[in-house]
Amino acid sequence: MRILDAILIVIAGWLALGLAGIAVLRQTSLVARVLFPAGAVLGVALAGLALAALFSAPQTTVLALGLPDLPFHLRLDGLSAFFLLVIGATTVGISVFAAGYFRVGEGTPPGLLCLEYHLFLASMAMVVLADDAYAFMVMWETMALSSFFLVTTNHRVPAIREAGFLYLLIAHVGAIAILLCFGVLQANTGDYTFANMRAQSLPPLWASVAFLLATAGFGAKAGIVPLHVWLPEAHPAAPSPVSALMSAVMLKTAIYGVLRVGFDLLGAQQWWWGVMLLAIGLVSALYGVVFSAVQTDMKRLLAYSSIENIGLLFIGIGLGVLFNSYGMTALSALALTATLYHVIGHALFKSLLFLATGSVLHATGERSLGKLGGLMRHMPWVAWLSLVGVLASSGLPPFSGFVSEWLLLQSFLFTTGLPDSFLNMLIPVVAAGIALVAALAGYTMVKFFGVVFLGQPREPRLAHAHPASPLERAGLVWLGAGTLLLGLFPVPVIIAIDRVTQLLVGSGIADTVRAHGWLLLSPSTPERASYGPLVFLVVVSLAVLLAVALVRKLYHGRIRRAPPWDCGYPAQTARMQDTAEGFGQPIRQIFEPVFHMRRELPSPFDAKPSYRVTIEDHFWHWLYLPVAQLTERIGRLVGRLQQGRIAIYLLYSFVTLIVLLLVVTA
Amino acid sequence: MSIGGILAQLLAIALALALAPLLTGWVNQWRAWLQNRRAPSLLQPYRVLHKLFNKESVVADTASPLFRIAPYIMFGCMALACGIAPTLSTDLPLAPAADAIALVGLFALARVFISLAAIDIGTAFGTLGARREMLVGFLAEPALLMVLFSASLITQSTSLAKIVETLTHQPFAIHPSLAVAGVAFTMVSLAENARVPVDNPTTHLELTMIHEALILEYSGRHLALVEWAASLKLFAYSCIGLALFVPWGIAEAGTPFAIVLAIPVLVAKLAVGGVLLALIETINAKKRLFLVPEFLTTAFLLAVLALLVHVLLGA
Repeated sequence: MRILDAILIVIAGWLALGLAGIAVLRQTSLVARVLFPAGAVLGVALAGLALAALFSAPQTTVLALGLPDLPFHLRLDGLSAFFLLVIGATTVGISVFAAGYFRVGEGTPPGLLCLEYHLFLASMAMVVLADDAYAFMVMWETMALSSFFLVTTNHRVPAIREAGFLYLLIAHVGAIAILLCFGVLQANTGDYTFANMRAQSLPPLWASVAFLLATAGFGAKAGIVPLHVWLPEAHPAAPSPVSALMSAVMLKTAIYGVLRVGFDLLGAQQWWWGVMLLAIGLVSALYGVVFSAVQTDMKRLLAYSSIENIGLLFIGIGLGVLFNSYGMTALSALALTATLYHVIGHALFKSLLFLATGSVLHATGERSLGKLGGLMRHMPWVAWLSLVGVLASSGLPPFSGFVSEWLLLQSFLFTTGLPDSFLNMLIPVVAAGIALVAALAGYTMVKFFGVVFLGQPREPRLAHAHPASPLERAGLVWLGAGTLLLGLFPVPVIIAIDRVTQLLVGSGIADTVRAHGWLLLSPSTPERASYGPLVFLVVVSLAVLLAVALVRKLYHGRIRRAPPWDCGYPAQTARMQDTAEGFGQPIRQIFEPVFHMRRELPSPFDAKPSYRVTIEDHFWHWLYLPVAQLTERIGRLVGRLQQGRIAIYLLYSFVTLIVLLLVVTA
Repeated sequence: MSIGGILAQLLAIALALALAPLLTGWVNQWRAWLQNRRAPSLLQPYRVLHKLFNKESVVADTASPLFRIAPYIMFGCMALACGIAPTLSTDLPLAPAADAIALVGLFALARVFISLAAIDIGTAFGTLGARREMLVGFLAEPALLMVLFSASLITQSTSLAKIVETLTHQPFAIHPSLAVAGVAFTMVSLAENARVPVDNPTTHLELTMIHEALILEYSGRHLALVEWAASLKLFAYSCIGLALFVPWGIAEAGTPFAIVLAIPVLVAKLAVGGVLLALIETINAKKRLFLVPEFLTTAFLLAVLALLVHVLLGA
């Protein structure tokens, strides 16, 4: 049996699980204890098969689904195999967690939720397998719709319905752009298979149009600025496993789309495409991280952090396009390796963090950072595993986020002089931007972890927070272990990614990396640049252990517990800690023009003085509200035609006929 | 990797651990002299460390295990930082494990842990210190990275050892980009090591303190480790600065005699650097906290400028 067929069986298995969910619509325990774990097992199978597919030749098949004359063409090559690997590996953790997470009384009945969930998984896998525009669009829309229903699981809450609507709206604006892009790509041949699009050589103008449409369409799904507004609304609205799935996996299908269209179908020809992606990426990354730092809702904070990470991915792709357009394929491969490394790294640590917020939400019923705190004592598993995610997300060595950041910065430093001096000036500026984003991400993550898990509980009822269930823990452990391994053993991962970059730009860094052994990561020579995460960890741990042992041996290990000192101030309460607002205050002050801020300050005469600050996106006021108002105004004008009386409508028909007759006779 | 290299590596780390408090004592002594005070003994930091190690550690009731391991992690990070910064020799077996970017990451890792530990207790000053430390960090970290990048661009390498080797072997020339980067590096080092004009290492005035607020809850051996790690950080920064801007006198592979010679050279360079630091701290006033971001943004922009200068002039 071919790998592709086996993968299709796995996907069919997911669909079967979803349908089985319908059969046991309201039997929560059956859905949670049987169907979701089975989905996780299929996820393991998918990851394994995808890994095998990564190292074998491309396979194609035609499924006689869809319309009679229009079957689905499927193709499994390195790029799709890599993204299937990401989907498989990440969903294992999420499905196991979901088995312990979904309970009765969350709006949608559990069986239906199971169908939506597995349909979502299957459609994401099919999106990366599709080899013609028709199959791609059908799967893309299935993905959008199933995730819309998942976002609105708690559909009785109006705010959640609104968030779902916004998501659906932007997803469809994006889908239209993608559809138009495929229309341009088939170059009037009427053949919508990707093989045909690959064979066409479009004139530069039309190629650029197609690329712009693809960037807009996939960018809407990925959440690049200014199409990002749905992310911070939809992620908090959805149940945590769904937020994890959307942020960690679904956003990556958009990255897949950009890579597929930009490199595979269009060949990444024009240098300015790269510059455009660099600019979009840098703006998104900075915007995302600055907003993330001032959020007071933990899931919104993570959603903005996803925007930041998508920005970093776009920077990587932009750099890849830029180098490729000048024929520097080795550098392009380095930049793309960094991007793909970040794709899988972000998938793991962001789902870890989103799931951790889910556990916190279940344990406390609270999403607002201002009412959490001190949870490390009650939920140590969740806290320590989140710490892994937080450190990876901050891009700190020896965790996974650092490897991709390191590779990305190396590809900036390896630039040996592009033919254009303007571009040469641009490169250091973007590198500085990335460094700033990474440092700000550290700030944000310290705030997230510190406010949620450390300090004293800000509300008395947090003392009763219960630890996460064993299945929830198991899911978190899977993702945490993946994040750790990804940080410590970059070389095997890069050898796998090499298959993808060979496909995209015909070059890769695996040979040079392999030459230096698996301990040391070095994209060219160790004299130039090298990084050994395992050595790094071992040396730091050795130093720590030696310090512990020596201090104990030479001195003593006595410890005394006492109330906190705090400069001798006796009346400490939990309210005196920094809140999330307080911790974000320096960022609010430094980046003030970026925010649309409203402050309500107390006056001396208030009986109950209160302070409130709300932060909104400028883009609401600059882009979305004007468009909405315009639509409404046009709607109202058109509405004047609607008088609701049959005589008026007959008159319209009559006038139209007369006018048409006049036109015809003239 | 040779026996000589391993010995040189161990010697470098041991020397850093031993000399770091001395450097702090030296700076404190000069600061006192320049400010017309009677100076404490040069060995005072060692005495303080010894005293603190002997005392029992008082840990707050509300502390989680993170609070107790953070000083050790900070200490481990700084020990590795001193191991990969070329102090005596460029033949360092550890150097390939962490290049300049990883070094910046290492400092950031230590900062994140100590800030989390400060939040952990849940006191007003702890969280205040953590917030300010991260504020300084998120501007200083990219600036430091950009400074190291301008050296990397000149030498075509991000390995610190390789950078130093290349810089030493070049005919003497003042690189305009390195000159600009030097200014930025000085500013960053002042901020990162909690020195005037960004922070005052001797202050306990609540409104102004950054570093001291972070470690307010530590006592006994934990405080000793934090203090030792702080002086290691100063030592590491000084050595990086010396390696980038006055790289001469650092031994290379296969020259055991040169390592012996490198020790007095290093001590002499650090002595001069320490006096300069004391001088800077004496003639500057501490800035208001809200002026600190401006100071650090200047450093960051200077560092980016250094990169641009390199691209424009090719030097």
